[in-house]
Amino acid sequence: MKTKQTTKTTYRIPIGPIHPALKEPVAFEFEIDGERIVDVDVSLGHVHRTVEWAATKRNPIQILYLAERICGICSYCHPAAFALAVENIANIEVPERAEYLRVIHAELERICSHILWAGVAAHEIGFDSVLFLTWQIREKVLDLTEYLTGNRITKGIITIGGVRRDITKEHHPKIFETLNYLKDNFEKLRKVFLDDKTFRMRSQGCGILTKEDALKLCAVGPTARGSGVKKDVRVDQAYFSCADLDIECITPDVLTGEVNGDVYDRIIVRLLEVKQSIDLIEQCIDKMPVGDIVSEPKVAKVLATLKKAGGEGIGRMEAPRGEVIHYVKLVEGEEYPFTWKVRAPTYNNIMPWVPMLKGEQIADIPIVAASTDPCMSCTNRVAIVDSGKKYELNKEELHRRSVEKTRRFMA
Amino acid sequence: MKFSMLVQVFTQMFKKPFTNKFPAKYIPSSTTKFLRDVGSGKAEIIPPIETPDGFRGKIVYDKDKCIGCKLCIKVCPSGAIEFKPEEKKVKFYLARCVFCAQCTDICPVNCLSMSNEFLLADADKYSKNLIVE
Repeated sequence: MKTKQTTKTTYRIPIGPIHPALKEPVAFEFEIDGERIVDVDVSLGHVHRTVEWAATKRNPIQILYLAERICGICSYCHPAAFALAVENIANIEVPERAEYLRVIHAELERICSHILWAGVAAHEIGFDSVLFLTWQIREKVLDLTEYLTGNRITKGIITIGGVRRDITKEHHPKIFETLNYLKDNFEKLRKVFLDDKTFRMRSQGCGILTKEDALKLCAVGPTARGSGVKKDVRVDQAYFSCADLDIECITPDVLTGEVNGDVYDRIIVRLLEVKQSIDLIEQCIDKMPVGDIVSEPKVAKVLATLKKAGGEGIGRMEAPRGEVIHYVKLVEGEEYPFTWKVRAPTYNNIMPWVPMLKGEQIADIPIVAASTDPCMSCTNRVAIVDSGKKYELNKEELHRRSVEKTRRFMA
Repeated sequence: MKFSMLVQVFTQMFKKPFTNKFPAKYIPSSTTKFLRDVGSGKAEIIPPIETPDGFRGKIVYDKDKCIGCKLCIKVCPSGAIEFKPEEKKVKFYLARCVFCAQCTDICPVNCLSMSNEFLLADADKYSKNLIVE
């Protein structure tokens, strides 16, 4: 690789492109002047798992489980968006009770994802006791998920035309127990994340994404809302039973009265969304009507209907990281879909990394990149090229630098 | 607030650890010896945490009830089910199974169900424990 010679000596750090856990593998190239990041270049599309191609060899019921495996954390919203798209094509009416149940599971997933993210963010700045606190809380939510769906991660709860398992009166005590536990611990989390000096020092004024940039770069989800863009599919284009529920876009000015668009604001948005999700689950359980949970309980009949259906359909929903869009095309008389396209939220949230990272320090890369909630295992493969000399900067080294920066602030 | 986590950390020191020490408190120096000891009653296994109702574990197949309609093969997302044409019965390879329970849903005669068993680790994917027929 050639090193770019400018008047000041800058050097380039390539990061990536192999990321074992991120849906979209990304290669970064940072141009560094000392510790400052001068320029960032992001390139996409290095690892392709052919999930979409594999779908053209499967029927829609089988694709639900394939979609579940696109991402481990979003293992509910991908099959849900796919189901929305297919129901859109075949004009399948979902029973009202199922719509509420679907929202409950979506919000449970959001709580899991946001709390997990909070732990990862704490870990990135070297605050590991908070990591264990958050994951302890998340464990309770996972237990509830397992209790309601039969599995902790790959829930397998959604099906075309409804959900596979009902929530009955017997489930209520455990749900309320977990929700109360969450509410009790939410205050603890809020104090640690929003009032603690360590967090404020590392997150305030760091990784700023302005509202204009967020709009221009089509940021979605908490990343966009953290910059003050009121954008939430649950509000804008309500799916499931979201229209019946009391949902508002959460932007950081709800709490602080101002929008800075920094990492701290994104922490606020995610924390408040956890609270919002708890509230939504309670609303759903409260308002849920009695009735069927699936439009057609016989799976063989569903498959027959889908074989007859043809056309294009789109499924949009608000995943924990932002808007996810599934496009499906079915051909009449064909069992397998003609095509299936997934646009996951991280794809949109990658470009905002560029304005966020410009002007920051190397030690801020982990927390800024993590603030959009991608997977940070990418930083495991970093090589610095300094005037032709090459050496490795791995995740541990980046993490060590980040921890050191926190220590420097504390001293 | 400077040390908001300190109280939490100190209370945690006097709490019982969250982790269930399954199958033994400390890693046995030899797993096979440990299992032999358990078999002869010399050592005890700390039981795993109980699975909730409706857990999707190892599949249970009632062969006599099966009518060989192949519907389960049609919906299996991972291709874990093989049809045996001479007997008109099916065979499940658990090494491929993703435990979605879609086959138990579609079965017209209810000859399939999911059990609570989840300890299915094996070095050989075709071992007897991982094939249900």
